[in-house]
Order: sequence, then structure tokens, then C-alpha cells
Amino acid sequence: MSLKRKIRELQKRRQKVLEGGGEKAVEKQIAMGKLTARERIISLLDKNSFSEYDLFVEHEARDFDMDKKILHGDGVVIGTGTIHNKPVAIFAQDFTVAGGSLGLMHSRKITKIMDYALRMRMPLIGINDSGGARIQEGVNSLAGYGEIFFRNTLSSGVIPQISVIMGPCAGGAVYSPALTDFVFVVDKISKMFITGPEVIKTVLGEEISMEDLGGARVHSEITGNAHFFAYSEAESINQIKKLLSFIPWNNTEKPEKIKKKEPKKEFKIDQIVPDDPTLPYDVRTVIKAIVDDSDFFEIQEGWAANMVIGFGRLGGKTIGFVCNQPLVLAGVLDVDSSDKAARFIRYCDAFNIPIVTLVDLPGYMPGIDQEHAGVIRHGAKVLYAYSEATVPKITLIIRKAYGGGYIAMSSRHLRADFVFAWPGAEIAVMGPEGAANIIFRKEIKEADDPDKVRKQKIKEFKDKFANPYVAAAKGYIDAVIEPLETRSLILHAINISDNKGISGPKKKHGIPPF
Amino acid sequence: MENQETPKKSRFKSINVDSTKYKTHLTKKYNLRKKWYKPNDNLITSFIPGTIIKVFVKEGQQVKKGEKIIIFEAMKMKNRVYAMKNGTIKNVNVKVGDMIPRGKVMIELD
Repeated sequence: MSLKRKIRELQKRRQKVLEGGGEKAVEKQIAMGKLTARERIISLLDKNSFSEYDLFVEHEARDFDMDKKILHGDGVVIGTGTIHNKPVAIFAQDFTVAGGSLGLMHSRKITKIMDYALRMRMPLIGINDSGGARIQEGVNSLAGYGEIFFRNTLSSGVIPQISVIMGPCAGGAVYSPALTDFVFVVDKISKMFITGPEVIKTVLGEEISMEDLGGARVHSEITGNAHFFAYSEAESINQIKKLLSFIPWNNTEKPEKIKKKEPKKEFKIDQIVPDDPTLPYDVRTVIKAIVDDSDFFEIQEGWAANMVIGFGRLGGKTIGFVCNQPLVLAGVLDVDSSDKAARFIRYCDAFNIPIVTLVDLPGYMPGIDQEHAGVIRHGAKVLYAYSEATVPKITLIIRKAYGGGYIAMSSRHLRADFVFAWPGAEIAVMGPEGAANIIFRKEIKEADDPDKVRKQKIKEFKDKFANPYVAAAKGYIDAVIEPLETRSLILHAINISDNKGISGPKKKHGIPPF
Repeated sequence: MENQETPKKSRFKSINVDSTKYKTHLTKKYNLRKKWYKPNDNLITSFIPGTIIKVFVKEGQQVKKGEKIIIFEAMKMKNRVYAMKNGTIKNVNVKVGDMIPRGKVMIELD
């Protein structure tokens, strides 16, 4: 055979594999509002940058007549390419081939690209669209999942790992996304659960749809398993690109610095926060009044909305924001919001992203459900994450900072580098009402007019403690600042913290309250 | 404009932390939270959805603490359910073959 013919044969072979599961299967895929695996990769990567590997891998299943079946690429596409002109490793499961089911060789392809990503210190992006384990391959497919989970864990905190759920991701398969840094879901397309509706019905007699059990909305609002919600695959792909513009390519790098831009004029930082600490406002407006170009990229917007987390830039540098949100549940710390904040703090710390904390909270959420759900254990995660973090930590107390909430929200005592407070800040063990009720319980009870005395005592307490100066007198706050000075002072703090270097005692690892 | 937004009063609820009422939005999950009930030894409830396989007691019958009351199948396991205390069976709310949800009061004692 001449080389020319051999090349033609190669092209034919390639063509065959690129057809995936065939015309019908592809049509079905498109009818569901989904792109094919390769289309997804191409729309995510820079133009013409995709290089595919393991095109000719074949499955190894021999039982149940599987040896007679040809599964193109064994149901998964792997390769490398660039995003924002920087290298990334990527895999995308191909639902058109045997439902994207995971067999031994399918998993080997995935682990191969995971190994590349870790070796080359570049981000790994996994697009999940799979019916789950290939049952015909038995324990080999379980082994495959295990190898993937192991590598997810090994890579955690070294390279960014991004999971995109564009189809079903059920059973054991869900644990790979759960181990990665960011999970992207698409409305009506993503489905994630450990046990599906059918099993639940058979075993437990409870009926629920896939969407209500583990659809994109459920994971964005109830479980917190997802970080970014999109209405379409195209929107999801844009979100991934935007996220990658904020984060560094591995844990030895800093995020790329871009040109500095002033916040938009319409966000007036001195006109957002009501004086009365019991009145709500949207803390995201304050963030937008601080960050470059008023561009704030929120993470987990729909879940535990009493805590706002996300990325913005100051002076062109990426900053992680962790903020109480008075607009939702008064901004209290509870099980979910603690979990949300703690994980994000650890992300920022692992990837050299300074943390700015905006504080305005009444404390921890009271309630039987919270206590029984383990708010002690979960709340401790915030303390752990802040104490452990060695990136620059800058705290601004906007209004109230009461009790355990004050300590937890990146206080001086957990080694915040700079703590600022606005003049309206109140730092106390609890709000004036609660404090007066306890301290002056006897006087109020024995008074002729208890209500009058209570009001008077509340006022006394307010006058004495509802300000930032008691804490400032002890040096717990570095500076009491005017709202209009906020951006320039935080920017200054970030810039002088550039070479921050501290280290704690040597240890294998701590034992966080997981 | 976002920062000029004065949210309508009616949309806000309040939550009470340390005697202070804060005006704020509630979340879907907050509204879905389960109410807590004091455990009651007189009520034998299903802890998981399942099927009644056997009922060993009748109304009016005296039972001793630790006595077998019901066999209840859930998650492919046949679970024996025992009396938590001595007492008289007041009501039997299930019969063999019933598929019951979680939290159903199966037996009431006196």
C-alpha cells in the first residue's frame, strides 16, 4: 500500500469515529437542546486549537455479546487545546455512543487526560453526559470511576478542575464533579443524583421526576452541588470562559493581572447602606461600587444566598469576595452559608487569590433545625478556613458584626491582615436589644414601667457600644474609614500585601470540620 | 438602576436574632425546613418508607417493652419493630401489605 492510500485509510477511519453514535443518535442529542461532545469542546476552546487523542481506542468488554459491538472512541472524547490562549486539558463524554456509559477504556481515556493536566499544570475541564457505569463491564467500570476520583483528589488545589454537567450524571459518576472546584449546570439538561427516580419509586414508593430530584435548579438552589446555572449550553460555555479569566492556571501562579478600571459611576458607595442595622440592602451593590468596572462574577448565586461569594478585580488583580447578604435571611451564618463561604475561602487560598470580606451580620441563625443540622460543626468550617488561609485577607465591617459572627468573618483574631470599619459599624457580643434584655434583666423586670426602662437601657447600650471605636481602641480594627475611601484603601492594602509570606507549624494536614 | 432599588415593603419578612427583628427576604429552603416534634414513645412511626410484612399485635393487647410489634420491609431489609415501653395497644393503623410513607404512625400505645 502506498503512503497516499494509507493516509486515505487513516482519514476514513477518523471519519468513522467522528460520526460518534451515528446519525440517529446525534439527531436525538440535538433535539434535546444539546450539542455533541466535539461541538461542545470546539465551542469552548479557542478557534482551531483542539487536538484530539485516543480516537481509535476500543472497548474491552467481552461478555453479553459486547465483543460484537463497536463503540466509537468508547464514548468519550479527550484532548488538549487553549482557552484565552493558555493550555487546557479537556474530556467530553459522548452520549450518542452507548449513552456515554463508562467502561474500562472510556475511563482510561479520561484518566490519561487527567494525568496530562496535572503533569503540565493546566486546568482540567470535564464535560459529563453519561448514563453511568457500563453494567456489562462490571467491576472494571467501578475501577474506572475510582481511578478518576483518585486523580480528582490528587489534582485538587494544584490545578483548577471544572465539571460541566450537560446531560445525566448519575450514580457513582456524580462524585467526580463533587470533588472538583466548580460545577456548571444547564437548565433542563443537567441531571445529577445518586439514586434515580425509578429506584426511589421501587424501593421507597416515593414518586419524583428527574428534574425535581436532581435537575439544574435543585442543585443550584437546594443542594449547593452546582456553582453556575445557565439556561442554555451556549450560556454555560460563556460562564466557563469568564471564570477562567479570573483564576490562575495552577497553584504556583498568581491570576493574570489585567488593566485597571474604575467602578461605574452609577454605583454610589455612600448611598447604599441604610443607617438602621435592621434594614436590608443588596451587598452586591456595595461590591460593584468597589471592584474594577463594577464587574462582579458571583458563584453559587441561588444557594445559601445569605452569603455572597465570587470574583471581582481591584487594580486589575483578581480578588475573592466573601460577604454577608443582609437582603436574604438578614445575612446570618447558617449551615449552608458557612459551607459555601468556607469552601470558597479554601479555593482562594489554594490558588493565591486575596480575600476581601464584607461584614454585616447579626450572628448565627437561631433555630432547632439549624442546631440539629450541625450548625456548630458547619459554622466551625468558616473559622477553620479563615484561620488557615495565608493569602492576603482584608476585612471591611460595613455595619453590624455581632457575636460569633464577628469572630468568624475574617476578624483580626483569625489573622486578617487589615480590618477596616465604616463609622456606622457596631461590634458587640449581640445587638443592643438582646444585650440590654440580659444585662438589665432585673432592673427591667422590677421597674414600674418595664418598657420604658428597657428602651432607655437599649439606648444606653447603643450609645456606648454600637460603634467601631471600642474595637478600634483595642487595635482590633486598623482604621475607621469613610465609605468613599473604601476602594482606595482596600486597593492599597492589596498592593502592599503582594509579597505576604507566613507559614504555620509543619504538619501533614489539618483536620477541618468537614 | 440596581443601587437605587428600594425593595417593596410587602416582599420582606422578618427574622429575629437575639431579640432584634431584621427585615429581609427568606429563602425557598428556609421555608421548606421541617418542624421539630418532641419524640413520643407512645407512637410507633415508620422511619423510612416501606411495606408492612407482619403485624403481631391487636388493639387492646398488653405489650411489654422490647416486644416484637411489626415486621416492616424497607430497602429490601425486613426490619423488626419493637415496643419502646410497656403499654396497651390503642390503635393499629396499618395492615399486612400496606405500603406506607416515612413518618406514618403505625401503632399507638396507651
